[in-house]
Amino acid sequence: MFYREAGDFKTSYKDDNQTFPIAFDRYRYWVVLAVAFLVIPFLINDYWANAIFVPFLIYAIAAIGLNILTGYCGQVSLGTGGFMAVGAYACYKLMTAFPDVSIVIHVVLAGGITAAVGAAFGLPSLRIKGFYLAVATLAAQFFLVWLFNKVEWFYNYSASGQINAPERTVFSVPVTGPNTEAWAQYLICLVFVTVSAIIARNLTRGTMGRKWMAIRDMDIAAEIIGVNPLRAKLSAFAVSSFFIGVAGALFFAVYLGAVEVGEAFGIQKSFLVLFMIIIGGLGSIFGAFAGAAFLVLLPVALKVVGVDLLGWPTDMVAHLQLVVVGALIMFFLIKEPHGLAQLWRVAKEKLRLWPFPH
Amino acid sequence: MMSAEFLYGIEVVLNGLMAGVLYALVALGFVLIFKASGIFNYAQGVMALFAALTLVGIMEGQVPFAHVINAVFGTEVHHFGWHVPALAAIIMTLGVMVMFAWAVQKYIFKHLVGQEPIILFMATIGLAYFLEGVGDLMWGSNIKTLDVGLPQGGSRWVEDMTATLGGDDFYGFFIDKLDMVATVVAAILVLGLIAFAQYSKQGRAMRAVADDHQAALSVGISLNFIWVLVWSLAGLVALVAGIMWGAKSGVQFSLSLIALKALPVLMLGGFTSIPGAIVGGLIIGVGEKLFEYTIGGMMGGATENWFAYVLALVFLVFRPQGLFGEKIIERV
Repeated sequence: MFYREAGDFKTSYKDDNQTFPIAFDRYRYWVVLAVAFLVIPFLINDYWANAIFVPFLIYAIAAIGLNILTGYCGQVSLGTGGFMAVGAYACYKLMTAFPDVSIVIHVVLAGGITAAVGAAFGLPSLRIKGFYLAVATLAAQFFLVWLFNKVEWFYNYSASGQINAPERTVFSVPVTGPNTEAWAQYLICLVFVTVSAIIARNLTRGTMGRKWMAIRDMDIAAEIIGVNPLRAKLSAFAVSSFFIGVAGALFFAVYLGAVEVGEAFGIQKSFLVLFMIIIGGLGSIFGAFAGAAFLVLLPVALKVVGVDLLGWPTDMVAHLQLVVVGALIMFFLIKEPHGLAQLWRVAKEKLRLWPFPH
Repeated sequence: MMSAEFLYGIEVVLNGLMAGVLYALVALGFVLIFKASGIFNYAQGVMALFAALTLVGIMEGQVPFAHVINAVFGTEVHHFGWHVPALAAIIMTLGVMVMFAWAVQKYIFKHLVGQEPIILFMATIGLAYFLEGVGDLMWGSNIKTLDVGLPQGGSRWVEDMTATLGGDDFYGFFIDKLDMVATVVAAILVLGLIAFAQYSKQGRAMRAVADDHQAALSVGISLNFIWVLVWSLAGLVALVAGIMWGAKSGVQFSLSLIALKALPVLMLGGFTSIPGAIVGGLIIGVGEKLFEYTIGGMMGGATENWFAYVLALVFLVFRPQGLFGEKIIERV
């Protein structure tokens, strides 16, 4: 009734090429942005920021990054944790080396450094395919974590081996360090998420995204129709690692504040982000958000129900969480391999015909 | 007389070979499933952990899910109060693994037939999480010691026999008895599996399925049965690996991480080759010990964490199908 193209006349090429062709989607997009920027910052408190919103936003960036590589370009990577660590340590070194430069620039630069590292580890993807490559990216994961653990220069020779985020401000509001307020934490992450999502969305529907998808669907065929596999794969690795690096930098500087590399960026993190994009939907920006929201909310929900309502021991709920996550992964792969994003697409199709489905 | 340094180098190689045997054992479980069904089973390591946990639980007469039962019903159960002899417990655990194989086939992979390999791989990651959680809920997550009567400690005999090889500052090779037992068991298991695959009826059917699903189906081989069989065999291999590693360093979560170590072994050896798994395991085992012994110290140690992966990565760039893998032919 309200969700359809009919009556929405597009009179210019610009209109015709816009991201959301249906008027309702555009309104929804602006409403979501307005709520996120203008309402939530005034309501948010420490618990909501730390337990749900900030991790959700940061994982959403990481999931967008991995989705570009795995969902759009078809190269499975298990090195996400390692690349997030590169972002975090690059950000830390930049923050401590150039204290006067804005943290925003540092986070972006950290993304750039991660992009370079990602492209270097992406080089073997030209020879190695499928899950041989997935295993090869484990080399990146373990090597990088080991490197940040062993080479003291990366953590400025601190005795604990940890890195700690010093206080940095944006418009003289602290966004890192212990004096950060919940709303500032939330807003800086939100800005990065919004920009990342817009960039990713437009990259994936342009030439670059088409090339990635051609490589994903069949790389030899793509090569024959004129896609350069070297450039397509390496650009996917670089762009993906850029977002993952930004996520790692924010995860360290804004969310955790202090990081021990094996604990924060271990192999578990790689799997977590991979699960997000499987559950959310491979090859969909919305899916990255849905998957991140789902896997951030699930432990919180399980904890509220199990520990607070039923009074079960915490470790049992933690184990139960493994069971539930594992079962959900298998369930989604069997029933809905395209994830939550596909459910959303189906819902939209239905909505288009509603209330007269014939 | 050889110099002590050289002899210690040999000792490192010997210990590497023993570690490599255990890697090969886990890798073997991967190869079995991969050949027959094209599933790359990431859960193999967790299966080893689960098998070891179940074995300890049965031997000590633990009540399964005691933790959960207590939390939900407010009871205080934990042990049945009996002890099961090791051999009986091993047979019962094997039964559990066969049931597990059947359930995995019926509820998961039957519905995923014909999917892309990468989807199957991700499903096994989900399975690994699920099984890890179930194992912890069922038997508790504390570190357990596994004692099925295997000899422990260094072998005095080998030490005394070899002490004369070097000079005064060489005291003979230190080799763990458990590692020697593991090597023998692994060798028997491998020979047994090869004999099974070559000469038994089911083994032939298994190889037929590995060759071509459709053709195997058309001559009357039940794919379902073969897949359950293969998963059961992988369960057996997981149990043996679980016993060896569990006896060596206790039954705990880190046991499941040996699966990650088996991956580079497979990449070196090729996913489809049983000899490849063994040779790959030995190369990785010796390689990482030697690297740590010679260069690792200069780089800050603990290079064993990543050496295997980087070696496999470099190797694959030059030979993408591994040492013994079938040549990859791509068509549009």
